[in-house]
Amino acid sequence: MKAHTLSHLDVLEAESIHIMREVAAEFERPVLLFSGGKDSICMLRIAEKAFRPAKFPFPLMHIDTGHNFPELIEFRDKRAAELGEKLIVRTVEDALAKGIARQTPGETSRNRLQTPTLLAAIEEFKFDCALGGARRDEEKARAKERVFSFRDAFGQWDPKNQRPELWNLYNGRINPGEHMRVFPLSNWTELDIWEYIDRERLEIPNIYFSHDREVIRRDNQWLPVSDLLPKRPNEASHVLKVRVRTIGDISCTGCVESPAVTVADIINEIAAARVTERGSRADDKRSETAMEDRKREGYF
Amino acid sequence: MENTELLRFTTAGSVDDGKSTLIGRLLYDTKLIMEDQLESLQRSSDITGDGQINLANLTDGLRAEREQGITIDVAYRYFATPKRKFIVADTPGHVQYTRNMVTGASTANLAIILVDARQGVIQQTRRHAYIASLLRIPHLVLCINKMDLVAYSEDIFNRIREDFSSFAAGLAIRDITFIPVSALNGDNIVEKSDAMPWYYGPPLLRHLEDVYIGNDRNLRDARFPVQYVIRPYKDEYHDFRGFAGQIAGGVFRKGDKVTILPSGKTSTITQIHTHDGELDEAFAPQSVTLQLADDIDISRGDMIVKPDNVPYTANEFEAMVCWMHDEPMRKGMKYGIKLGTKSARCMPADILHRVNIDTLEPDVGATSLGLNEIGRIKFKTTVPMVFDPYNRNRATGGFIVVDEATNLTLGAGMILEPKRAIPNTDDAEFVI
Repeated sequence: MKAHTLSHLDVLEAESIHIMREVAAEFERPVLLFSGGKDSICMLRIAEKAFRPAKFPFPLMHIDTGHNFPELIEFRDKRAAELGEKLIVRTVEDALAKGIARQTPGETSRNRLQTPTLLAAIEEFKFDCALGGARRDEEKARAKERVFSFRDAFGQWDPKNQRPELWNLYNGRINPGEHMRVFPLSNWTELDIWEYIDRERLEIPNIYFSHDREVIRRDNQWLPVSDLLPKRPNEASHVLKVRVRTIGDISCTGCVESPAVTVADIINEIAAARVTERGSRADDKRSETAMEDRKREGYF
Repeated sequence: MENTELLRFTTAGSVDDGKSTLIGRLLYDTKLIMEDQLESLQRSSDITGDGQINLANLTDGLRAEREQGITIDVAYRYFATPKRKFIVADTPGHVQYTRNMVTGASTANLAIILVDARQGVIQQTRRHAYIASLLRIPHLVLCINKMDLVAYSEDIFNRIREDFSSFAAGLAIRDITFIPVSALNGDNIVEKSDAMPWYYGPPLLRHLEDVYIGNDRNLRDARFPVQYVIRPYKDEYHDFRGFAGQIAGGVFRKGDKVTILPSGKTSTITQIHTHDGELDEAFAPQSVTLQLADDIDISRGDMIVKPDNVPYTANEFEAMVCWMHDEPMRKGMKYGIKLGTKSARCMPADILHRVNIDTLEPDVGATSLGLNEIGRIKFKTTVPMVFDPYNRNRATGGFIVVDEATNLTLGAGMILEPKRAIPNTDDAEFVI
């Protein structure tokens, strides 16, 4: 008799496909949030596995901070075109112009400003469900979030009042004006993502690989020098061999020194890493509960 | 790493039994606590005031939890060793513990129950073991913790083991392991402890790596709940009509004769489609797309099975229910129900008994089921439901009850074997 065994990646993939199909079956107007980052690249492969040979039952949407690594935007557009799927882009720039989003004095990162932009886009298109690539291993507040995570009419998350979630039975019922955030990769770890990228031979933006970049040292991190993050008069910049581990607003995404030029190199590097992925995000370092606070307001 | 197995486990214990410390210790000793997490723990050590790094703060993520030093909700943690990947559902031991433990237990292969060596088996231990049994967790580990506080006494360990064994004889747990530990000091967590030379078993982590989980899935009864119908509407796939779903039990092969329930119509599998190509066979828990030879009406909520092994189809059944909402469940009320991919309406037609959570004895004559209470309920549904007894298959025998107005998830149910001719000891709930 054949041994009917599955590897952990097979099990995780089967679970994620199931979650995406639940969304397709239970929601009228879902959308998949696609940034061009590594997690959302895996999301697209899982969507292919869940729905091909048909088209995706949802469009893709990117909430563009305008503070981007240009490579990422190029990759985003190319990938959506290859798949032949519809890509919606809504920008923080536009949300600021319309007064939907407001900058607080001294705030340089636009990660927080993605929230009102996203909520406005959800309202504009009457989306009832947004699929996101967040994982529970990323951050403590995320560790307590459901796969089907309910948002009230204000787009808010109430961590103390979440629906119990048992077996693989997801409760997708909502009333008009409310919506659901669904996270098919909830149970994946950073290492799982890279092993999957390796196994599926997924193309990723080249900034994930080692490259020469001009960086400055701030708050114990190497931040990329750009128009948005100019050097201060007393600061010295360095050109180092770096790569990014996670991608956010370019003004607060730390680079790590790394010689990794292949996915296999990255897997080895992460397996041996002593800092978490979000350790390179200045926006999460602000306080113990920075992520919880942003999520409550409606962040991804 | 790509071929490692996945083990899901849950932890339970009373307040101060050291659950979070135990998980923190597992992560810490397997070097899975990262530098930035350690740094953030050191920053927060002021909160506890003792200057020591509090490993519990690693799992207690929400602000209210850190302020009050408690765990509010089920938290999921991830770690790996070269042998296995682990998903841990850490559930709080105090308020709401039934609701949270049931949630954490629903997907677990294994449950760790912590016992304070100074206190031995207490009421809470029995409740947790009962819930593990009710949810059919195949493997149970009783960690007798704080052994350092009882001078690592073998006698105390043995007494607790015997105590628990005699109680557990009435439960439906296949496999129980006892391990004496000190989570605080790391005794028998990752490395075998020098302080307890009388203990010959493996440390906890080694047990988690080695426990055999190959037959935790049901590979006997072929069950395919239809989740979604794929119709490409493209010229090259003109005739493609695929039934997408995740196999809930057993094995399906190309060419298999199948029955579709509840209609009872039959057909043959012509293709097992995946994006990676056609398969000759597929098994639980794979997500695939089936194509059938005949053009019959099949939609979400139907179940594809094999003609010689069919589940029950009925609009009446009995189930053990755990209620999870402040507003009690009442006889005769109408609720939504979701069982597999089937959503319908249901009504608790009768409350057969309520389990007294302190004595684990049945309480007959109850008319409602309150928050965190467990009871045996007779349900009626508006349409026929296709199901297996939960003890035979968790995926086709478990359901949730939903409020049709607020949409909240109110309770979870586990279907019991209908019309039992002979009492089946393996299946019996603890409360008869």
